[in-house]
Amino acid sequence: MELLLPLTVVIPLAAAFIIPVASLLGAKRGWPIGEIVALLAATALLIVSFATFASDIPITTWIGEYKAGSELLGLTGRPVPAQVAGEGGAALPGGVVVDQVVPNTAGDVAGIQPGDAITGWKVAEEGESRAFQPLGTMNELRRANAMLEPGTRVLLRVQRDGQTLEIGIRGGKSVVGIAMVCDGLTRLLLLVIAVVSFAAILFSLSYMRTYTQVHLYYSPLMLLIAGMCGIVVSGDLFNIYVFLEVAAVASFALVGFGVESEELEASFKYLVLSAVASGFILLGIGIVYNLRGTLNLAQIAEFTQFAERNDAMWLAMAFFLAGFGLKAAMVPFHAWLPDAHPSAPAPVSAMLSGVLIKASGVYVLARLVFNVMGASTAVAYTLMTMGMLSMVVGVFLAVGQWDFKRLLAYHSISQMGYVVLALGVGVEVLARQREMTVQWQSVAFLAIFGGLFHLANHAAFKSLLFLSSGSVVHRTGTRNLKELGGLRGRMPWTSLFARIGSLSISGVPPFNGFFSKLLIVIAVVWAGHWVLGALTVLVSFMTLLSFTKVQRYLIEGDLPVRLHNVRESPAPMLLAMGVLAVLCLGLGLLLPLYGGVLLKPATNHLMQLAGYAKSVLGG
Amino acid sequence: MIHTVLPFVLCVVLFIIGLYAIAVKKNLIKVIIGIIVMHNAVNMFLVLIGFRPPASGPVIAPIMTPEMGHRDEAVRALLSHSVDPVPQALVLTSIVIGLSVVALMVVMALRLHQKYGTFDLTQITRLKG
Repeated sequence: MELLLPLTVVIPLAAAFIIPVASLLGAKRGWPIGEIVALLAATALLIVSFATFASDIPITTWIGEYKAGSELLGLTGRPVPAQVAGEGGAALPGGVVVDQVVPNTAGDVAGIQPGDAITGWKVAEEGESRAFQPLGTMNELRRANAMLEPGTRVLLRVQRDGQTLEIGIRGGKSVVGIAMVCDGLTRLLLLVIAVVSFAAILFSLSYMRTYTQVHLYYSPLMLLIAGMCGIVVSGDLFNIYVFLEVAAVASFALVGFGVESEELEASFKYLVLSAVASGFILLGIGIVYNLRGTLNLAQIAEFTQFAERNDAMWLAMAFFLAGFGLKAAMVPFHAWLPDAHPSAPAPVSAMLSGVLIKASGVYVLARLVFNVMGASTAVAYTLMTMGMLSMVVGVFLAVGQWDFKRLLAYHSISQMGYVVLALGVGVEVLARQREMTVQWQSVAFLAIFGGLFHLANHAAFKSLLFLSSGSVVHRTGTRNLKELGGLRGRMPWTSLFARIGSLSISGVPPFNGFFSKLLIVIAVVWAGHWVLGALTVLVSFMTLLSFTKVQRYLIEGDLPVRLHNVRESPAPMLLAMGVLAVLCLGLGLLLPLYGGVLLKPATNHLMQLAGYAKSVLGG
Repeated sequence: MIHTVLPFVLCVVLFIIGLYAIAVKKNLIKVIIGIIVMHNAVNMFLVLIGFRPPASGPVIAPIMTPEMGHRDEAVRALLSHSVDPVPQALVLTSIVIGLSVVALMVVMALRLHQKYGTFDLTQITRLKG
């Protein structure tokens, strides 16, 4: 069962490498082997992601685990240069001044206090003959700990109040290895990724026939899926970065897959802005590593619980907000999305808008803000501002669009604004209330629950809408709403699915968008932000307006002469859309049935803030 | 003091130069160069994080390992003299990622040149953005 989590990455990754070979072998005889492998991999991923709910897999899976016996962690400190005896007090030979001591860690048990200056260390068994090793930074001590034999007792030379003490330290376990984390949030995202990927690949079977070189298509698509699953399951900052880049590079290739002028232009723009985002994120990771001496999210969170926030941590958070904001296309970092998402082939647009901006943007941001860095009002207000701006700007830009896919892309910005706003309100309530009453607990719970619910819903209805746009383009050859109309008669199923998607995104009951938007509005108003609540309702109304236009010009109206002979799209495409359409209806109506399994654990895991460290590291 | 701060200043300067090139320059190739400069500034920052003065490489020679006494000696030498190996591993990975991104970017730029006949970003504006 422990293999289940790595499988989510390994399956699509293996498929990505098998597919080019398989397609070449199949091409000789005209067999669609590449497509079959892709579909099998997507099905396997779906099964695995369901199995993560059913089976009792541990919350953390360590890969390459190595336990060292002597744990010196639990201390943070800053280096100080040597001081000559004089005005400042006694002489200090240079070392590290302890800032924080995490309770119940080795440092605490040994009796080290904040303000102590550690000036040297040596292995205790070596006795008097050895001199103390000088200590430059706290990281050297951590590194020494990781390299020494388990159970080694280490003597620290400590300056306290002008006296020199020797403190022996030996402690609990420290873990060196790569963590894969499977908590409620991970499960939710895995399931969303698996469902949308399955629908997109099913849709591609027919849709991609119009393209050449199709064997080159499924391979990056599988890499994209592997990257997204990797982001979601890894519990390690740098692994998240690597998988982020895997997904990003695959998506650059997919956006430019048509290799026409527009596609290349969009892809280049996406590449440049994404590279800037990666730079910001890597810089943030460097700062965090320097401060905490670890890249493991849970170990960083362990410090956050007790730490005063220092300036460098704020700087890192600012870099993360900018970097992941770019990846999630939050206003003001949104410029690439309306070009990149419509330029890709329709199933890829569905993947990009449906899951990529969530997995590589909103998910990581939520994980960092809630679980790793801990709630703070400054970050909360930044999130709320970004969410509100995205919501409003996105929808106003969308209303004027006549290009169907571009309109959908602008609505992606707007709808992700809802999610970020809701999460921001959740952070704000959690950070504002020093002593949480039951009432504030439930406000925060409702906001985060609504945000995650809307995230899942958006994946369903935005993928559905992009797929139906693909279906329309597949048969009519245009995505300009002015040249379309009256498809109700000629393409009844596509029209029905497009209508379900439109009603869901505009928040019309009984479809899923209504319920999540309602929850978000209630939570926002309950938290005391009346203006934001009013804006949320206004944006919802504008969305309805915009999609009334879509229905008017796509489904209703007169059929242009040019389109008198269009036929309904082939069965696999309809099946893919049908799955998502059923989800659009079911996600809303069946919330009482599945909410406790899917959404509640995810919300609880975000609500526990830095308690994440304890649940991941255990004990 | 000054010689420990200066490399970080250089990092910041390079990062800003890169960002400037990306934001202001109109030539595709110059934008790509800006991205390379920016990524290298970040890579340098990572290397600097792990640096400390005696600065030997973080490698234990395998010839030392059979005898425990020698191994302990080697570990101790490593701990007191070597730089931090983790950022170096990060930098290696990040360089490889940067390489693939830049390669893809150059290919895109060449294809764009085939389509538009220019590297000038002000003329590559078929999308409304």
